[in-house]
Amino acid sequence: MTDEILFQLKSVSKKFTRGKETISIFEDLNLIINKGDFVSIMGPSGSGKTTLLNMLGGVDKPTNGSILFDSHPIEKLTEGQLSKWRAAHVGFIFQFYNLMPMLNAEKNVELPLMLKKLSSKQRKNSVNTALKLVGLADRSKHLPKELSGGQQQRVAIARAIVSDPDLLFCDEPTGDLDRATATEILETLQLLNKDFGKTIVMVTHDPEAAKFASTCLHLDKGIFEQQNSTTQEVTKEESEKEHSS
Amino acid sequence: MNNAYLVFKNLTRNKLRLFLNSFAILIAFLLFGFLGSLQNAFDSGVELSADDRLMVVNKINFTQPLPIAYVNKIKAIEGVKDVTHANWFGGYYQDPRQQAMTFAVDAESYLRVYDNLVLDEKSQKDWLSNQQGMIVGERMATSYGWSVGDRIPLSSNIFSQTNGSNTWDLTISGIFKPSNPQTDTNFILIHYKYFNETQKWGGNRIGWLPITTLDPSLNQSVADAIDKQFANSSAETETSTESQFNKAFLEQLGDIGFIISGVVVAGFFTILLVVGTSMAQNVSERTGEIAVLKTLGFTSKRIFGLILSESLLLALFGGLLGLFFAGFFVTGASQEPQLKNILPNLIMSQDIVLRSLAYMLILGFVTGFIPAWRAMQLNIIDAFNKN
Repeated sequence: MTDEILFQLKSVSKKFTRGKETISIFEDLNLIINKGDFVSIMGPSGSGKTTLLNMLGGVDKPTNGSILFDSHPIEKLTEGQLSKWRAAHVGFIFQFYNLMPMLNAEKNVELPLMLKKLSSKQRKNSVNTALKLVGLADRSKHLPKELSGGQQQRVAIARAIVSDPDLLFCDEPTGDLDRATATEILETLQLLNKDFGKTIVMVTHDPEAAKFASTCLHLDKGIFEQQNSTTQEVTKEESEKEHSS
Repeated sequence: MNNAYLVFKNLTRNKLRLFLNSFAILIAFLLFGFLGSLQNAFDSGVELSADDRLMVVNKINFTQPLPIAYVNKIKAIEGVKDVTHANWFGGYYQDPRQQAMTFAVDAESYLRVYDNLVLDEKSQKDWLSNQQGMIVGERMATSYGWSVGDRIPLSSNIFSQTNGSNTWDLTISGIFKPSNPQTDTNFILIHYKYFNETQKWGGNRIGWLPITTLDPSLNQSVADAIDKQFANSSAETETSTESQFNKAFLEQLGDIGFIISGVVVAGFFTILLVVGTSMAQNVSERTGEIAVLKTLGFTSKRIFGLILSESLLLALFGGLLGLFFAGFFVTGASQEPQLKNILPNLIMSQDIVLRSLAYMLILGFVTGFIPAWRAMQLNIIDAFNKN
């Protein structure tokens, strides 16, 4: 864990229009995530957890405000640039694994490497390393339907880390798993954070899962309710001051 | 793993759908390949017609005879280079089902006018000197296993001899070849003089007069002059180019081109709807997967390319199979004796293959474009929410 800022949200707001009604999810949200943080975001349904994760991951854009990644505003990137940015920096882990059903574990893990210029040998090595790390080297030829939920989520984790991204975004990664399997998955995420220095942002409903993170934020009605020493919910004034300095 | 692998795995993920779509496309290209080859075979006679040859027939229709005296009258018209004449004999060999297309012609002038028929000097000499001689096209000689010197009893289903028999005993004087390999040689030529002398019905009547002009640019003026000369006579004429004549002859069977085009267009349109709907449904079912690919960093253009490649691959797979079977059926049909007589040039031409490939690409593009476009435009958040 370092104090080097990786992400900074500055006065971010997000609004949706549903029919004639405009719904505000966040107003003036500020947040700093440092490199090497393992942040869990909890909150009731509809609090905007997943929306926040999507914005951090560059799949959604704020209505106002700025999201800085390594001091670069990602909301200004075009769709194509965001795709490249995600491919280079971000790994995603979803609640329902979202594996390609027609590809075996090995090929699912290899998918992000299709976006990189690597030799087939380099790809194979990366895939094997990722699968070994999640303990599924012996299941590499299995199709998703031949794997348990926990194993599928491990494949999804391997897919997320195979291209060695800086960031992992996890949306309810244990939401579909039993406690024992969930614990295994969370231990793997913890390992990736502590031993490999990955910055992880995890959205969860589960307080037990949140305990694995180094920081737990509660999001309710567009406001963070808790914070700890490494991940900071900053005031607008602090944010502006930091930006100008 | 590369894009091709991903396209292949997506295409083959639902085997039943792949089979049904491929089968539909296969049928379309089977029809196109087979019917297109039929049309080409019908058209080949028209395409191979000489530019400077005109055909003079009875104005009522070409089955009505003309007086033989017309030969010398036409010869005298300005611009005419040569004149010959022919009669339909309606021949068959041994069995009425074994048709042997035969024309009774004026041997010497016929070989001059039809200089695309190659006959060696000795055979030519033998035929001209033997009134009971006949010359046989190479293709027909091969199919019946005939050779020079064979005596062939040739029967007619139209004419009979003065002795009541409808069979003429003839000797093969020579076997002619085409100067152009596509020229039909599946016919027999016998002497008009011998035929005219021995047949029971009205003599000195001929079926049509093929003529050559001094230059193709004179065709129209010569044709007009011929028809003008015989206007208001008991046997008015209609003169046209050989290609027009051949075309008109084929149209007796109906507008083959229109029928074939109609069947093919209807087939293609149906397949377009079926495959297009199926592709759209296929992509719609994979909304979540497309969103995942986009989330991983696959660009919209790449997604567009992947989906479009799928439909192109499907069209090529089904289409090439269809074309293969069409080739198989065309080859089979071209060996069928009955069809061989009518369509001696029944082959699957390079033109059909190239057109088929172009249509496969068009089909793949048209059926894949909208689903690929929608996938390209897909919003990740909306797709996950929908999923």
